[in-house]
Amino acid sequence: MAHLRAAEEREASAAVKFLAWLGRVLIAVVIPLIAFAVIYYGFIFLRDSNAPKWVTAAVAIVWGVGGIAILFWVFNGIVERLPDEWTERLQPFVFVGPAMAILAWYLVLPSLRTFYLSLFGRDGPPRDIGFFQTFSSDAFVGFQNYVAVFSERLLTEALRNNLMWIVFGSTLSVAFGLLVAVLADRSKFERVAKSLIFLPMAISFVGASVIWNFMYELRPVDQPQIGLLNALLVNLGGKPVLWDKWVAISPWNNLFLILIVIWLQAGFAMVLFSAALKGIPEEILEAARVDGATEIQVFFRIMIPYIMGTIITVWTTVVIFTLKIFDIVWVMTGGQYGTHVIATQFYRQSFTARNSGYGAAIAIVLLVTVIPVMIYNLRQFRQQEAF
Amino acid sequence: MKKRKWTGPLLVNGSLLLLVIVWSIPTAGLLISSFRTRFDIQTSGWWNVFPHKEWETVKTVDVKELGLNPDEVMEVEGAKGTFKELRAGVEAPDGKTRVTWVGNKRLGRIEVQKKKWAVTWDFSLDNYKQVLLGSEVEVTKPDGTVEVTPGQDMSQAFLNSLAVSIPSTVIPILIAAFAAYAFAWMDFPGRRLMFILVIGLLVVPLQIALVPILRDYKALNLNGTFLAIWLAHTGFGLALATYLLFNYISTLPRETLESAFIDGASHFTVFTRLILPLSVPALASFAIFQFLWVWNDYLVALTFLGTDPTFKVVTQRLADMTGTFGNDWHLLTAGAFVTMILPLIVFFSLQRYFVRGLLAGSVKG
Repeated sequence: MAHLRAAEEREASAAVKFLAWLGRVLIAVVIPLIAFAVIYYGFIFLRDSNAPKWVTAAVAIVWGVGGIAILFWVFNGIVERLPDEWTERLQPFVFVGPAMAILAWYLVLPSLRTFYLSLFGRDGPPRDIGFFQTFSSDAFVGFQNYVAVFSERLLTEALRNNLMWIVFGSTLSVAFGLLVAVLADRSKFERVAKSLIFLPMAISFVGASVIWNFMYELRPVDQPQIGLLNALLVNLGGKPVLWDKWVAISPWNNLFLILIVIWLQAGFAMVLFSAALKGIPEEILEAARVDGATEIQVFFRIMIPYIMGTIITVWTTVVIFTLKIFDIVWVMTGGQYGTHVIATQFYRQSFTARNSGYGAAIAIVLLVTVIPVMIYNLRQFRQQEAF
Repeated sequence: MKKRKWTGPLLVNGSLLLLVIVWSIPTAGLLISSFRTRFDIQTSGWWNVFPHKEWETVKTVDVKELGLNPDEVMEVEGAKGTFKELRAGVEAPDGKTRVTWVGNKRLGRIEVQKKKWAVTWDFSLDNYKQVLLGSEVEVTKPDGTVEVTPGQDMSQAFLNSLAVSIPSTVIPILIAAFAAYAFAWMDFPGRRLMFILVIGLLVVPLQIALVPILRDYKALNLNGTFLAIWLAHTGFGLALATYLLFNYISTLPRETLESAFIDGASHFTVFTRLILPLSVPALASFAIFQFLWVWNDYLVALTFLGTDPTFKVVTQRLADMTGTFGNDWHLLTAGAFVTMILPLIVFFSLQRYFVRGLLAGSVKG
């Protein structure tokens, strides 16, 4: 009898478990869905109304933000009215569900879908047949798009340029950032200097492109040069040049685009290094100096090893940034003059040339290149015992 | 710090000053240019607003008075040259005087110029009016001709940028704060796995999602709406937001929360009444981050807002202008500053939080 009852209980608890899971999944999916539907229909209504533009914009902001807050509140209210044990089971999913659903919709599933797309020709998989049948259709090309990525001239050029971006862009950003951080640390004008070097961080890549286009501006030789760099060149007796659009020196004209990202990112590196340098105990530095170490020795033998962790973090962050670089190239040269990079080729293939399979393959290549960093991050997380 | 040689600080401050100047010049040039007139921008470098030496005509003489013969080499005020050379302007060997023949051979006059200190200070707000209000501007050139140039209606794009950026900042924070709280203070199956997912997604390039999401939006008839771009920015910013907020929320003192639970408060109450107010620094850090990121974004807007000019944001508008008005620097410089003004204000007023966010996001342990 006793063990029968135990089996019954197990069965009951299995049912409860199943119900709990069902509830959790429902909550995770239903909240975002309802939120989406409510906001969506509000928007259609707004779009069809003829209210003045700024009124629509203001209502849209309130509608979007307020709608989501209210949904959290309503769903939490419902879950809290359930029996206590059910509240305990379901409430975490009211909190964490929407975030997970959105991440799944916007990053996890797209990665799989893009990979799927990358196995097909320019028009993607045929739509009127089943999922498994698409693999035997004519549109299925296997890994041909990937072969093309690594063999076509335009793409290999983009890969080479990206390598230049990574090598020069990240190294010089880190070097300048470190230089400024060390100098500012010893200066009385630390705050002002750091603010001014940091300032480009607030400027968009498009804005920075305009700024540097203006620096590189070229006028015919018989007119005064209004771009600073060419004016300097002419003043020194040289001829004005095209800088980033200078095909004759290709691929080195890429450096003039990379310069922009160094100008933007050095401030970021500086801020992190500055904080790290302040973390070095003063006693260590003093002890070295008392022992007769020169400032250069102190820098290379103590400071650099001490902040090595930060240097690696900053370096990887800047590498990821330069890997995805798009706006600067797109606005400055549009990829002409031998300046295409992976991200501009991705955009061109996906949206201009409308070759979805090829574009998808480029995106997957981009994803694969960041996987080492992803693994590193996960390792770091595992080593922490706090979670 | 005992006695140090005086060269040390000088070297440090000197190099720092040099770097700061080099770093600031590009922005300064743009800002100054945006206030100069169209004509000035086209004909002289922006650095002419600083005192510099410029040729200035000090006297004009009729050629007959000087009794010059234009068919041979002539000498005026120490400058020698043929008629052709004088027409182009000849400098005297001492470099202080320049002589130019103005007009034809018979009825010409000689202008004698000396180098003098000068500044070109003709500032106006016309460029901004043109860029913001979209009004046509009449420009009277020095030679008397009037030129009408079309303006750019960037004020609409500015409003659009606000309508995109504010919800795209608030929505991910709200959703991420709930998730971060659950990760930090609630126990549930799959918690560890989900958090590993968040960390893994931190570095995934958003390019991976553009085409599939665009297809979803097409199916849902969402393309070109603000909702589409809010959700996209939410999706792309959520991993970092959750991670940053978790790092902060999980370090809040446990006792505070436990006493609240003992008093019978629910998770929801604790979250809204206790955690959110305590997390303001972290929320602000991420908000600034996300706001700057969204405001300055170009790729996501380009993909999801499409080509309808009524929905374009400032970065799109500015990028369009570089394509169509590539040489109209009076429009581009002012336009660029219109796009930069709000981020710069946010940046300078909230720099402290921004830096804190950077530190929390990138340097750990």
